[in-house]
Amino acid sequence: MSDRDRISRILGPAGPELTCDECFAELDRYVEAELAGEDADATVPGMRPHLQGCPACGEDHESLLALVSGERKNS
Amino acid sequence: MTPATEGHTLDTESREWLARLRATGSERDQAVAELHALLLRAARFEVRRRAPAADADDLAHQSADDALVAVLAKLDDFRGASRFTTWAYKFALLEAGVRTRRRLWQDRQVSIDSDRWELIADRSAGPGEDAETAELLAALRVAIEEELTPHQREVLVAIALNDVPIDVLAERLDSTRGAVYKTLHDARQKLRRRLAAEGHTP
Repeated sequence: MSDRDRISRILGPAGPELTCDECFAELDRYVEAELAGEDADATVPGMRPHLQGCPACGEDHESLLALVSGERKNS
Repeated sequence: MTPATEGHTLDTESREWLARLRATGSERDQAVAELHALLLRAARFEVRRRAPAADADDLAHQSADDALVAVLAKLDDFRGASRFTTWAYKFALLEAGVRTRRRLWQDRQVSIDSDRWELIADRSAGPGEDAETAELLAALRVAIEEELTPHQREVLVAIALNDVPIDVLAERLDSTRGAVYKTLHDARQKLRRRLAAEGHTP
């Protein structure tokens, strides 16, 4: 990891973001919007910066998106 | 599609899930069993992604059991903003993710001292380093020392520099993911304000 990456990890995303609880409450709606090809960041403002700033919520998002998109491809 | 709450509509499958889970007797028992199977599938998916451990299936079962309790307790919170299954999956993925991260770290020491930060800050002064990056790191080092409380510094160093998962740190601090992340967020805001006041643009 470069020092630039370290600085990014230390400072996190700029701008307003959701809390972890708000993120969890909106995660399913956000993923559905992504899968529908909608502008998910307009649907749930503040979600993207939170997912970038919070590694745990970011992983939860990756997993939900992968699980649901995989299921729909196979259905 | 049927009208639901807050302007959302329920698809047929989601409506059936809710009706069956709110029924009584064998109809509800069958729906709960199917929901548990669905949550177990999601939990296994998550555990396998994160940790191919010997007790992976135990972790998945424990996660599915806890997720089932959470989903049934929060059934009235489902607003129809997504399919019911997508909503339910997130509970299983959360439980499985937290358990897996804690399992991976159960024998590891969580370092919350500032040694790692000192190392990185020193390295930035080395030859060949981009001058702007070195200057920013130096300013960050001072800001971390001067702006943050000891608790904020510990959380920042653990998560951003030592790669300690937030859920693991929260457990060691007897706290929650949300509370630990708020500490990190507040620390980041302080650092950004200090850097901006000094004319730095990260």
